[in-house]
Amino acid sequence: MSTHAHSDHHADHGHGHDDHGHPAGAHGTFGSYMIGFVLSVILTVIPFWLVMNGTLDNTTTTAVILVLSVVQIIVHMVYFLHMNGRVEGGWSMLAMIFTIIVVFIMFSGSLWVMYHLNYNMMPGMSHDMSKMP
Amino acid sequence: MTTTVEAMHGGHAGHDTPRGATPPVFYVRDEHAHEAASTALGFWIYLMSDCLIFAVLFATYGVLGTSYAAGPTPKELFDLKLVALNTSMLLFSSITYGFAMLAMEKGRTAQTQGWLVVTLLFGLAFLGIELFEFAHLIHEGAGPWRSAFLSSFFTLVGTHGLHVTFGSVWLVTLMVQVARRGLIPANRRRLMCLSMFWHFLDVIWIGVFTFVYLMGALR
Repeated sequence: MSTHAHSDHHADHGHGHDDHGHPAGAHGTFGSYMIGFVLSVILTVIPFWLVMNGTLDNTTTTAVILVLSVVQIIVHMVYFLHMNGRVEGGWSMLAMIFTIIVVFIMFSGSLWVMYHLNYNMMPGMSHDMSKMP
Repeated sequence: MTTTVEAMHGGHAGHDTPRGATPPVFYVRDEHAHEAASTALGFWIYLMSDCLIFAVLFATYGVLGTSYAAGPTPKELFDLKLVALNTSMLLFSSITYGFAMLAMEKGRTAQTQGWLVVTLLFGLAFLGIELFEFAHLIHEGAGPWRSAFLSSFFTLVGTHGLHVTFGSVWLVTLMVQVARRGLIPANRRRLMCLSMFWHFLDVIWIGVFTFVYLMGALR
């Protein structure tokens, strides 16, 4: 199989693809998996420790754990999912960036709109709530 | 579908040109490599669409997560020690799946199977703890019917749990496949897809424990 891949006239898109079926050039090593794992453990322990001990005030803690979760997601993407700009000639990255943009618009838009809706309808809401069993 | 068209085209070329039978064979082999490469991208795009499903559920939880209907709040319900244990189970299963992939790349079938079994056990432990938590909540009267907060909570966390369940079924299926056929290219490709799926679920769980459990406990 690999000899054919080398004599392949389609070598320009095949990247000399051996039969691993991996995204091109995306092979983890023991070292990279361990780095990812250790970083993930650290990035998981810190937010749990902060929340369970209540060292910082709520607003700071919320900000810190949100930032750490984003960092941990990036760590997982890089070390476990082997994400980089070269996988599939950049198409995987493009699909991911598109998804992130859509998710960001949908998520922040929903929260923003619904928060203001809640805020503006607050008196009516509380009135209804008081009549609930 | 592209595969068929190009393979047929290759066959035609073989008939038309005087070169003989070698080009069609050449085409078929090339097609195979091409198929494996596009599987990775196609599966990645599936994962991205799955990501959108979770984004919708996260947004729903974000909107409804404070509507308690005079019922229990996250702070009263969530047991963070249990969530921490659950998180570690999923994280351990991620790294053991990574070890399975490393063993697979070296062509060590028994070692791959061993790590897959460990991964499966961690995955099942995760599911067991999650079901225990759900049963506990329902027993306390905090089921999905209690409030909008609990409805969205059960939908979001339950959907993730369902993904892990199907991932476990898939894992067992692949272990049977590897046991019967060995680490053939098709099985390597399947294991690679499940690897992406499994790590992706861990990524979603980061969002769940941060956004739902930790921030819920802070409110």
